[in-house]
Amino acid sequence: MSFFGFGQSADIDIVLNDAETRKKAEHKTEDGRKDKYFLFYDGETVSGKVNVTLKYPGKRLEHNGIKIEFVGQIELYYDRGNHHEFVSLVKDLARPGELTQSQTFDFEFTHVEKPYESYTGQNVKLRYFLRATVSRRLNDISKELEIVVHTLSSYPELNSSIKMEVGIEDCLHIEFEYNKSKYHLKDVIVGKIYFLLVRIKIKHMEIDIIKRETTGTGPNVYHENDTIAKYEIMDGAPVRGESIPIRLFLAGYEMTPSMRDINKKYSVRYYLNLVLIDEEERRYFKQQEITLWRKGDIVRKSMSHQAIMASQRFEGSSHPEKTPTQSQEEDG
Amino acid sequence: MTDPSVADTRRLNSKPQDLTDAYGPPSNFLEIDVYDPQVVGVGRNRYTNYEVRMRTNLPIFKLKDSTVRRRYSDFEWLKNELERDSKIVVPSLPGKALKRQLPFRADEGLFDEVFIEERRSGLEQFINRIAGHPLAQNERCLHMFLQDESIDRNYIPGKV
Repeated sequence: MSFFGFGQSADIDIVLNDAETRKKAEHKTEDGRKDKYFLFYDGETVSGKVNVTLKYPGKRLEHNGIKIEFVGQIELYYDRGNHHEFVSLVKDLARPGELTQSQTFDFEFTHVEKPYESYTGQNVKLRYFLRATVSRRLNDISKELEIVVHTLSSYPELNSSIKMEVGIEDCLHIEFEYNKSKYHLKDVIVGKIYFLLVRIKIKHMEIDIIKRETTGTGPNVYHENDTIAKYEIMDGAPVRGESIPIRLFLAGYEMTPSMRDINKKYSVRYYLNLVLIDEEERRYFKQQEITLWRKGDIVRKSMSHQAIMASQRFEGSSHPEKTPTQSQEEDG
Repeated sequence: MTDPSVADTRRLNSKPQDLTDAYGPPSNFLEIDVYDPQVVGVGRNRYTNYEVRMRTNLPIFKLKDSTVRRRYSDFEWLKNELERDSKIVVPSLPGKALKRQLPFRADEGLFDEVFIEERRSGLEQFINRIAGHPLAQNERCLHMFLQDESIDRNYIPGKV
């Protein structure tokens, strides 16, 4: 490459083979915008073409190799230099040499493991992307194509309700019940609050959904709490014996599945916080953890076999030969 | 039984409410009035005290209807006791008005009507706020303030 005048350069483009048919999913970027990316599941093959287009036709492009990588990595915002790659696959597309004209290279990463869901949080980000690189002596030319991965689960075999009696002695006793402990992202929280003893002047009661993102390990653990939703369920002062129903539709809120100790780097947990507020603005509350999971969409005939395999991989689906629609007998 | 594509949002079963509970008096009645400011004493040792009347049906209070007379420094004593012994963030009292105690004022200083009314209102808010707090209700000092004839400053602090 010459320093003066025009050296040859190229544009790289990554195009997926199923770009026409593959669904896209919305995903939040770090600065809060929402963009659409191709959606993949665990076990699906990632295949496509890399187009290397020479900028100045006629000139040769010397290079030290052309490759494409599939990367899954975790990035902690307070430690930006260190990306932790948990998936790293490489395919060499061309040995060192030269390109005399624009060229297209096919690639295929077969049945790639994508064990975790893509996540953009307050202090941590987990992402998957393809990166095509033309290596050169002084500077590489590269292009990234970001994709989104969702992890699917099926109806949990064990999904007990949450039922508890709590209170402050001689002041306030309540019994609360939520119909399940594990909810999918478009589920409904059905429950009730029963007042056993009310000696304070309650003004209103609400349910909050709190998301807690935990990053770091050992002495450097950091929790970030975020109130995703506040939903008033009662206005006014209840008396003993009253029962207040709860019906909270989760589909209206932006939530992710619960994530436990992802690659030993971070966790995302969700809590229901029942808050009672009295006339003097004093707050009485009870927090309870719930598990959120992502349900696969209803299978259409065109769904790829790989996606069927992927959605059956989790939570003890005991009927691998069935299609992964909601099984009738596993009713919530 | 239910169509799996429609969420099951039926209410959970609960016992029907007893009519005596539904129409009975609420068990959270607590009202404290601070009123009737009176000037007591002569000359330079005059001070104002107020009638503090509490009506309640909370079982933690021995008397369901009690009346005592208290002055500003008694409220200060209560605030200090609660700040020391209980873990509550105690609400603030109306001001101490030290400037009003200096001589040569155009108005009546500590005994000015408008000032007394502001102070009375602030004290009423303060005592209602604090008496409704479940943790304050456990403190001996609150019960002594509201229901004993006079405050024994040499009492032994403790929980009820």
